[in-house]
Amino acid sequence: MADTSMLVRHPLETRRTLLAELSAELDGVALELEAPLAAVDLRLDPAGPGPAAVAEVAGGPLPPQPDTWTGLAAGQALRLGPDEWLLTSAAARPEDWEFGLDEAAAPFGGAAVDVSAQRTTVRVRGASARPLLASGCAIDLRPASFPRGRCAQTLLGQAGVLLVALADDDLQLFVRPSFAGYVVDWLVDAAQEFRRPS
Amino acid sequence: MQLIACPWCGPREEIEFSYGGQAAVAYPADPASLSDEQWARFVFFRDNPKGPFAERWVHSAGCRRWFGAVRDTRTYEFLSVGPLSATTARTSVLPEATP
Ligand SMILES: [Zn+2]
Repeated sequence: MADTSMLVRHPLETRRTLLAELSAELDGVALELEAPLAAVDLRLDPAGPGPAAVAEVAGGPLPPQPDTWTGLAAGQALRLGPDEWLLTSAAARPEDWEFGLDEAAAPFGGAAVDVSAQRTTVRVRGASARPLLASGCAIDLRPASFPRGRCAQTLLGQAGVLLVALADDDLQLFVRPSFAGYVVDWLVDAAQEFRRPS
Repeated sequence: MQLIACPWCGPREEIEFSYGGQAAVAYPADPASLSDEQWARFVFFRDNPKGPFAERWVHSAGCRRWFGAVRDTRTYEFLSVGPLSATTARTSVLPEATP
């Protein structure tokens, strides 16, 4: 059996100090690592009663629109596809999160799988957060077309990311751990433009 | 760069998509009865029209969903996108079976 007593460590832990030091020198951008989340990938028929049943266990409604997210009790429900959601929780243990959601989805032919280790999160905050990301991302990130409540799976530089709009000046970035180093290097490089004049 | 309208995500850059070849190539009803030539025809032979062509595409960097598209091979213009099944009626590249 897996040793669950080991602490979950952010794959970019070694860069935490670098990001904090850089952020202090930037104007309108702060880059930060987020605490690891419990995350479950849910596949479920969107038309049936399944989503409502899962919503009760998840602690909030599942987003009905493509590329949008809704808030849960301690996390988010992000719509990844017609029959696919990513449900996160900052409070639950990954195995409990998966178990509860899978139990709720199974009677409706759905399935929930723990993918907590599949992605890691980086937070980009500040008035220049959107211009920074827009320099490497093709989708229109202006607040009018990517307001709070939107999310999108797309490319940042050459890596696939899940971009989440938490606010006009607050974006969250889900990235696969194996691409996380590249994405953070890319962010650090792109952020040079936003250095405070010395 | 050209934008492709994913039926789920909306217009996205072409680089996010992968090509899946001709749409609606029917799997042989009785594969075991095919001659090598007929099997090769199913596996390798595809239409190559000059003009509208029904194709499969996948939004690999986005929603990862497959969809059907009709693309003009002369201009690269996407004439329509939609669910795979609705793009074209299923057609077979196999020659008529000779008893
Ligand atoms: Zn898509």
